[in-house]
Amino acid sequence: MNDLIQGIIQAFEIILSLNSALYEIIWLSLAVSGIALLFSTVLGIPLGAAMAMARFPGRRLMTALLYTGMGFPPVVIGLFVYLMLSRSGPAGQLGWLFTPKAMIVAQTIISFPLVAGFTMAAVMGVDPQLRRQLMSLGATPWQATVTILLEAKIGVIVAIVAGFGAIISEVGAVMLVGGNIEGKTRVLTTAIVLETQKGNFDLAIALGLVLLFLSFLVNVALLRLQGRAFS
Amino acid sequence: MSPNPVYKLHNLTQTYDERTVLNIERLDIFAGEILAIVGPSGAGKSTLLRHLNFLERPASGSLRFEAFHLNGEGAPLNLRRKITTVFQNPVLLTRSVADNVAYGLKLRGKTGDQVKRIVDDALDLVGLNNLTHTGARTLSGGEAQRVALARALVIQPSVLLLDEPTANLDPYNVKLIENIITQVNREQGTTIVIVTHNIFQAKRLAHRTALLLEGRLVEIAETGAFFSNPSDPRTEAFIHGEMVY
Repeated sequence: MNDLIQGIIQAFEIILSLNSALYEIIWLSLAVSGIALLFSTVLGIPLGAAMAMARFPGRRLMTALLYTGMGFPPVVIGLFVYLMLSRSGPAGQLGWLFTPKAMIVAQTIISFPLVAGFTMAAVMGVDPQLRRQLMSLGATPWQATVTILLEAKIGVIVAIVAGFGAIISEVGAVMLVGGNIEGKTRVLTTAIVLETQKGNFDLAIALGLVLLFLSFLVNVALLRLQGRAFS
Repeated sequence: MSPNPVYKLHNLTQTYDERTVLNIERLDIFAGEILAIVGPSGAGKSTLLRHLNFLERPASGSLRFEAFHLNGEGAPLNLRRKITTVFQNPVLLTRSVADNVAYGLKLRGKTGDQVKRIVDDALDLVGLNNLTHTGARTLSGGEAQRVALARALVIQPSVLLLDEPTANLDPYNVKLIENIITQVNREQGTTIVIVTHNIFQAKRLAHRTALLLEGRLVEIAETGAFFSNPSDPRTEAFIHGEMVY
């Protein structure tokens, strides 16, 4: 217990010391997860909306695949991306393995099905008659789709939160494809694993507190958006 | 009422799962008239309205609106925006009453004071100017239907389609909505097609009345003649409440 309290005290000292290595890790974590979330949002929201609203052959199979993707183990996705980007893999010539780009690819694949799946569920919760009524008022198909997404915005925000939560806290895939290289691909989760293994509990706790705080900040921001949606 | 048909339907059919739900041999709807479509549930009345609003593509046949012949391309937006429907169960947006009424105007690129003025006038007309900033999802059924009517009227449609607009409403709201329908038709020359179960409502409002049965147009006539001197025995049975459905 004393070790834990001591660790927390030292963790605050590290955070307040403006340690440049720590802030580099924080910045990289936010950049990688932020860009991955952006990609998965840009891809996932339109796909989720289309799957909720459109009727096309193979929709049932696509839904099953999407649901499977939502529960896919991140470390398996990491392995898949690793094999794709390794020197002998089909995308090996890109030279992305052990770079933040590979981590963004892996995190996008992890969060994209979550964003798409939750968006689909949110849009399916909107009254199906609404689209026809909006079209009757003169909406183009695009305008009707945007309006329906706005009606489902509470659920769509949940989809983004779920996508962010899955990747900011993820360790297996980024460890595999990023390699946890100091100053290059080390992010909060991989650094926590490393520092714990090294016995540097104060630094591991500091990183853990930062990760929790960042998650809290992002969720508060998203909840504020939801709050506006409720009002 | 102008003698020019605004709609011309010829051999228009619609099928769902190989079941024919609409089969209109010929129907002309004239500019400026109020046409009531009556008939039992499942007769194809709402399906017909959806075709008139270009919300569905027919399985076969032709539909002409003004100079436009419906073909595989679908109706162009500028034409579609001349027509709107007030549905039996309006779905309002989770926004204020004013925002709901302004929706169609904003789609058409209108903004600012112009929108506010038009919305205020429409809410005055439907008697809801005290609820401008109220959340639309908190309204009663009658209030929601009046908001739906207001959001349709602000876009000043050439054709207003009404699908059972007063079903399940209390007499006060029925009278209010009927008065607005008559006023809009008289003052703006709006062509109105109203689908109703209520033959008395058809009698009160419509210039002409048509009976639809199993997707087919049984009879269409001036409202007076339709009720006093029907030419088809099925019409007579329907208006005397003898038709079992």
